[in-house]
Amino acid sequence: MASITLDKVTKVYPNGFEAVHELELEVADGEFMVLVGPSGCGKTTALRMVAGIEDITGGSVCIGDRVVNDVAPKDRDIAMVFQNYALYPHMTVRENIGFALKLRKVPKAEIKAKVVEAVELLGLTAWIDRKPGQLSGGQRQRVAMGRAIVREPSAFLMDEPLSNLDAKLRVQMRAEVARIQRRLGVATLYVTHDQVEAMTMGDRVAVMRAGVLQQCDSPQVLYDKPKNLFVAGFMGSPAMNFFEGTIGEGANSVLIGSQTIQLPEAFHSAKPALRAHAGRPVTLGIRPEDLALLGTAEPSTGSSVFEGEIDLVEALGSEQLVHFTTDARQVDLGEATGDTAAGLSEGTLVAIGGEGVARVDARATLVGGTRVRFELDPERLHFFDAVSGQAVAD
Amino acid sequence: MAKGVDQRWRHKRGTRQWALGHFWTTATWIMAFILFFPVLWMVITAFKHEGSAYTDPPTLNFHPTLSEFSSVINSTSFTGGFVKPFEDSLFVTFATLVLVLAMGIPAAYALSVRPVKRWRDVLFFFLATKMLPYVAAIVPIYIIATHLGLLNNDWALVILYTGFNLPLAVWMIRSFLLEIPKEMLEAARIDGAGVFTELTRVILPILLPGIAATALICVIFTWNEFFFALFLTTTNGTVPVFLSGFQLNEGQYWAELSAAATLCCLPVILAGWIAQKQLVRGLSLGALK
Repeated sequence: MASITLDKVTKVYPNGFEAVHELELEVADGEFMVLVGPSGCGKTTALRMVAGIEDITGGSVCIGDRVVNDVAPKDRDIAMVFQNYALYPHMTVRENIGFALKLRKVPKAEIKAKVVEAVELLGLTAWIDRKPGQLSGGQRQRVAMGRAIVREPSAFLMDEPLSNLDAKLRVQMRAEVARIQRRLGVATLYVTHDQVEAMTMGDRVAVMRAGVLQQCDSPQVLYDKPKNLFVAGFMGSPAMNFFEGTIGEGANSVLIGSQTIQLPEAFHSAKPALRAHAGRPVTLGIRPEDLALLGTAEPSTGSSVFEGEIDLVEALGSEQLVHFTTDARQVDLGEATGDTAAGLSEGTLVAIGGEGVARVDARATLVGGTRVRFELDPERLHFFDAVSGQAVAD
Repeated sequence: MAKGVDQRWRHKRGTRQWALGHFWTTATWIMAFILFFPVLWMVITAFKHEGSAYTDPPTLNFHPTLSEFSSVINSTSFTGGFVKPFEDSLFVTFATLVLVLAMGIPAAYALSVRPVKRWRDVLFFFLATKMLPYVAAIVPIYIIATHLGLLNNDWALVILYTGFNLPLAVWMIRSFLLEIPKEMLEAARIDGAGVFTELTRVILPILLPGIAATALICVIFTWNEFFFALFLTTTNGTVPVFLSGFQLNEGQYWAELSAAATLCCLPVILAGWIAQKQLVRGLSLGALK
């Protein structure tokens, strides 16, 4: 049992590409830390540096209180689960799980006991003498987990272990992996590009982009208080709506296209940073679920009305996603964060054009081409600097 | 109406596919038979008496006999003993195979799993040795062998054949090694395997089908090589040299030649059969993705 500490860890490849830039991260003992970001953001490279299968260009990696930069992978006391499981095809489940112990010259009886224990924990008893080729994807995934836990390592490293499973199994294994980790209480660094996995599994989540750590916090804080446009857009599906807006004089209102949203006195007086933006353009972020259908009624006190024209309605059974257009200019996340919108994220919707998305009740009757009114609580608005993309702090 | 047309069309298409399928099957059988016919004729002739091997037109109506086999094996043949060249061939093939695998596997490993510096150049060099015309090398090789006292010595052939086989073996084993998922080797490293353990306990068992395929090709080449064996040996000739001895000025001894040739084919067929079992096992093992 130990913590994992990354101190200004940098990776530069021989061709000059900087995959990871001065990454600072601490995974406490027993903590489940998820490293999330779009493809090519450096998260897997970071994990591989902790594992020791990738050289570290700069900075240091500590496991416990030992700097392991120059320690061989086998001596780091870590276990890793790979995306494609990386099982040994010529060995049975029993041999796969016991291989590391065998190499460590653990007595045979002890290996047997530990393997049986792990196999029982993972519900693999019936398959113990099968080879990986005879197992289903989910079972192989469990064997890979078994191989990691039987070692009783100081830390677990997991590289997108669920991404090869089908959607249903992934949800099931998500809970299972989290449960096993809690039970064993071992520091875990878990890499994924799936923000749902990140939100549901992690004690804390670290969001990376282009080799740089954007924000590291508990899932709820990331969701409620994203530090910048990228984090705001990456966490949550459908993604947050971004519109260009202008803060009114005295910061008592914000103009989105031709619509004015009143900002109550108590709200803007508590946000001195927002007052500093008075009269200047900002990027406004609105989560799809923060747009409540209003119909013809008047909004409750303190809330404003936000209108649009329905473009498309997607019924998901439990809810509906309403795609609407407004006259407000939409902020292209790619432009704002220097990324291309397409490469931004798998699993998140990034709207393009003058469109917004609202998540509304499944039973509401909505017709394309008609006007729609939403109630918007100013408290739920997110403000970002129009130039830097950083959140306007409280 | 439309349904009727559809069914008729489907019926027509079915008949055409059926006919086409049978045509290709028959064509394949005929081709296979044409290719196999000389071998079949050799085996049949081996069971004839020297006299009945010459009938014109050839006949299948004969009394099968093992006398030509026994005359080959018991060295009563005019060409000298069969056993000695057979033993020489076995030794040369086995020694070559061992040397090729012992050098080829580590070389392929160093060119794929943990690539050494300038590995591309090394690979090209290996391939380039294959570009040299075979015959161009015979004079220098003959002179070198003479100076080293290796003329008429099996080891000369072993060294030569190892050199010939090695580039192909390295290329083949390397391509099999590249098929092994990188993550599996990384997993082994994290599990505690050093270079040697990684090679012997993780890579080799998975590589076995690839090694079997490589070994088979190496055995076939070595067993059948004629040109260098003819020039570099006199009394210590291998099996192909021995077989050529049946062509005499006085005439051809077809039945005895066929019997000897049939016997000489057996080890290669055996090697193929053993390798095939490994190859099938390799297919069923499958990549784990």
